[in-house]
Amino acid sequence: MAEEVILLDFWPSPFGMRAKIALREKGVDFDLREEDLSSKSPLLLEKNPVHKKVPVLVHNGKPVCESLIIVQYIDETWGHESPLLPSHPYERARARFWADYMDKKISVGGVVWAPTGEAQEAAKKEFIECLKVLEGELGDKAYFGGERFGYVDVSLIPFYSWFYAVETSANLSIMEECPKLVGWAKRCMQRESVAMSLPDQYKVYDFMLEVRKKRRAQ
Amino acid sequence: MAKDGDVKLIGAWPSPFVMRPRIALNLKGVEYEFLEEKFGAKSDLLLRSNPVHKKIPVLLHADRPVCESLVIVQYVDDAWPSSGPSILPSDPYDRATARFWAAYIDEKWFPSMTGIAKAQGEEAKKAALDQVAEGLSLLEDAFGKISKGKPFFGGDTVGFLDIALGCLLGWLRVTEKMNGVKLLDEAKVPGLAKWAERFCADDAVKGVMPETDKLAEFAKLIMAKFKAAPSPQ
Repeated sequence: MAEEVILLDFWPSPFGMRAKIALREKGVDFDLREEDLSSKSPLLLEKNPVHKKVPVLVHNGKPVCESLIIVQYIDETWGHESPLLPSHPYERARARFWADYMDKKISVGGVVWAPTGEAQEAAKKEFIECLKVLEGELGDKAYFGGERFGYVDVSLIPFYSWFYAVETSANLSIMEECPKLVGWAKRCMQRESVAMSLPDQYKVYDFMLEVRKKRRAQ
Repeated sequence: MAKDGDVKLIGAWPSPFVMRPRIALNLKGVEYEFLEEKFGAKSDLLLRSNPVHKKIPVLLHADRPVCESLVIVQYVDDAWPSSGPSILPSDPYDRATARFWAAYIDEKWFPSMTGIAKAQGEEAKKAALDQVAEGLSLLEDAFGKISKGKPFFGGDTVGFLDIALGCLLGWLRVTEKMNGVKLLDEAKVPGLAKWAERFCADDAVKGVMPETDKLAEFAKLIMAKFKAAPSPQ
């Protein structure tokens, strides 16, 4: 049976990175298609008519949308010998809780696209608070789930590619504020799936500057 | 009867999110102690069990807390796998579909509903009501595709997506009553209108779905309190 796996993506998107990491962790061959968000492809509009956003995983023609839902789908469909979610129900619930926390609370955009200095200060404060809570949850463990790289790590590590952009925007040192978290991030970066899926932090920074220029011109 | 360590649920009767784990526990036949929070004052137990969000519902299973309504529902499904029906579908694609629509309901549709109360003026109110109606029409379509002629989103029995949407029916009815509109209109969303009746009549739901009149009274109470109090932040 020929398996067709397409991922509609936008390279700076942390949400797209989650899907790429998960696919690579499972060793799934996929066709990575870069979207121009200012001119969305017919495929994107057809497969995600409700939100029209990336990432979208298209598996044998059927779309899966929303990054955490995509990661869970990948986990449930491939590589059952190396699950991303823990097997114990309570640990699974904790993993889901923390990924949900990130989606409710982390806002990189709030910091880098802040309209005023005041808004940026508030966003910066919230961002750091959020990272500190996550650092507290990590504790002294190698990964959020313990010894093994898993769902919560996949969900959070993409934001690391935005750290330099956030730090320069808001005049902040994440290393100083959350050293354990930075240590964890560097550990994750040693995994091939992560190193391949995260863009260089300077590239992201350049992207941020370009977007700012465009916004000012408008 | 499922008995696996003591089960408590911290919640409040008007909360649609609290209803979700209650239905899940009912489906699994799990006995639990319902710890009702007093409106306006969070208990120590709640603050200790959910320090991150400080919100209800919180499930305490052998004193270990599980937070966030849909995380709790999945937990109940995982923790009592051989009791009652499966709450989530078994096929990964169907699971992804159910999760997608549940996320849509919580992130887009429910906020559009609370947006009605916040709308200032006739035009804004109409725009807000239209948004809710549009969402319902999307959900009607989804219901047709997902249920495949069966009574529920979950098929023959109440499942994850039924719980996610069904728990908001009480507040939807209050919104209809307070704005003099029919949103769950049999003419516009016939599938959902009939599904709503079946959902509310289900054994797992009957005892925990609040009466619309009682909810409407409660809604007036909180709106009055918010108007009286200075804007809290």
